[in-house]
Amino acid sequence: MAMDLSKATFWGYKRENGRVGVRNHVIILPLDDISNAAAEAVANNIKGTLALPHPYGRLQFGADLDLHFRTLIGTGCNPNVAAVVVIGIEESWTQKVVEGIAKTGKPVAGFGIELHGDLDTIQRASRAAKEFVQAAGELRREERPLKDLWVSTKCGESDTTSGCGANPTVGNAFDKLYPKGVTLLFGETTELTGGEHLVAARCKNDEVRKKFQFMFDRYQAVIDRHKTSDLSDSQPTKGNIAGGLTTIEEKALGNIQKIGRKCTVDGVLDKAEAPTGPGLWFMDSSSAAAEMVTLCAAAGFAVHFFPTGQGNVIGNPILPVIKLCANPRTVRTMSEHIDVDVSGLLRKELSPDQAGDALLECMLRTANGRLTAAEALGHREFVLTRLYESA
Amino acid sequence: MIHFVVHEEGDGVGVVVVEGVKAGQKLVGWIMEDDKDVEVSAKSDIPIGHKVALKDYKPGETVIKYGVDIGKVVAPIKQGEHLHVHNVKTKRW
Repeated sequence: MAMDLSKATFWGYKRENGRVGVRNHVIILPLDDISNAAAEAVANNIKGTLALPHPYGRLQFGADLDLHFRTLIGTGCNPNVAAVVVIGIEESWTQKVVEGIAKTGKPVAGFGIELHGDLDTIQRASRAAKEFVQAAGELRREERPLKDLWVSTKCGESDTTSGCGANPTVGNAFDKLYPKGVTLLFGETTELTGGEHLVAARCKNDEVRKKFQFMFDRYQAVIDRHKTSDLSDSQPTKGNIAGGLTTIEEKALGNIQKIGRKCTVDGVLDKAEAPTGPGLWFMDSSSAAAEMVTLCAAAGFAVHFFPTGQGNVIGNPILPVIKLCANPRTVRTMSEHIDVDVSGLLRKELSPDQAGDALLECMLRTANGRLTAAEALGHREFVLTRLYESA
Repeated sequence: MIHFVVHEEGDGVGVVVVEGVKAGQKLVGWIMEDDKDVEVSAKSDIPIGHKVALKDYKPGETVIKYGVDIGKVVAPIKQGEHLHVHNVKTKRW
């Protein structure tokens, strides 16, 4: 029997700003590379907290720096996060991130290392983190309507089975979630190459279409500026080619299956920018899995659909990544990574509707607290997108 | 038993969805969009996930999958042969 979504609810954490999360993380967020050591020490001291180390944040400028701040602040604002401790080498940039996160109303505290050193900083930050994690433990899940859930998607290590199995399954689920007022997101700008006209045709109006085309052309200019004759086996990747994908056009047409057949593209976002209403949003992004999923988390998404063909193993520290796969060999050889096996689609044992329902059922269970394969396996890839060199 | 799938009628390629397809093997395909079966004889060994040509191609011709252009033929391909990066290239970039 088909899944009835009309009365579907999930159990989530309602945050101070009204957004609803499905996890309750207390994160220790370094502003910059040299604050990773202190952040990791705090997470080691205070059980139940999670450090998010990364390699950037020094001497960035202009749009690249704006994106750095937007990504860190967005990560802290994500409703899967209960509270945040920010640690940076300099007080003023640290406070900028603190103030950005504080707008949500959630508990946040910042600590600058200069004039204190690591040990004093770790001591002060650990005390704050301890208070936060104890308070977060007292928060309770409550039953929420489906429309409070924000769902993003991005595929990886795709092969031809992605385009005929796993990606259309996401599309089927998106077509069912869209009319329920759920906020949905896709991106991967360069991986629309060859099918960009199909996305443009799905845009709600000319304004959205113009913005989409601007983002698409902007990214094509980056590729043109730096390209090698074969993009150095980067698009399609060696894995894609091993999986049978021949050209970027073929990869793109498979990719686009994820946005289903019925939903319209209602708006266009820059990287790590949060949507302002329900519907299907396109976010300009890299197609590299960890970068894209990190941007989805920074844009505020609470659950992620990740179809794979050859078996990408990615996760994210704060955003549960649900993996689905239609390649029977991958399902057999990498079963511990796959949350939803839709290989039956390619044996005619499963209809597209049944596959979509299986994904939606997994989504609700994940939202209610079941760990994804990537969470259980400890995948916490947190990868910031850079636009150009530091100054 | 389905050996390959085709997205829609008119596509020039099918995707092999079983392991171990050998040259000479008779393959049954499923046109997903139209829920119809189609048959072709494999002329190459084709790994799972890789494409089988459903028609003969000459260099310069366009390959259609999902009803859309996925690239140009750069070496002759016979029906039933393995169609991939050795005989098809992107038209972009």
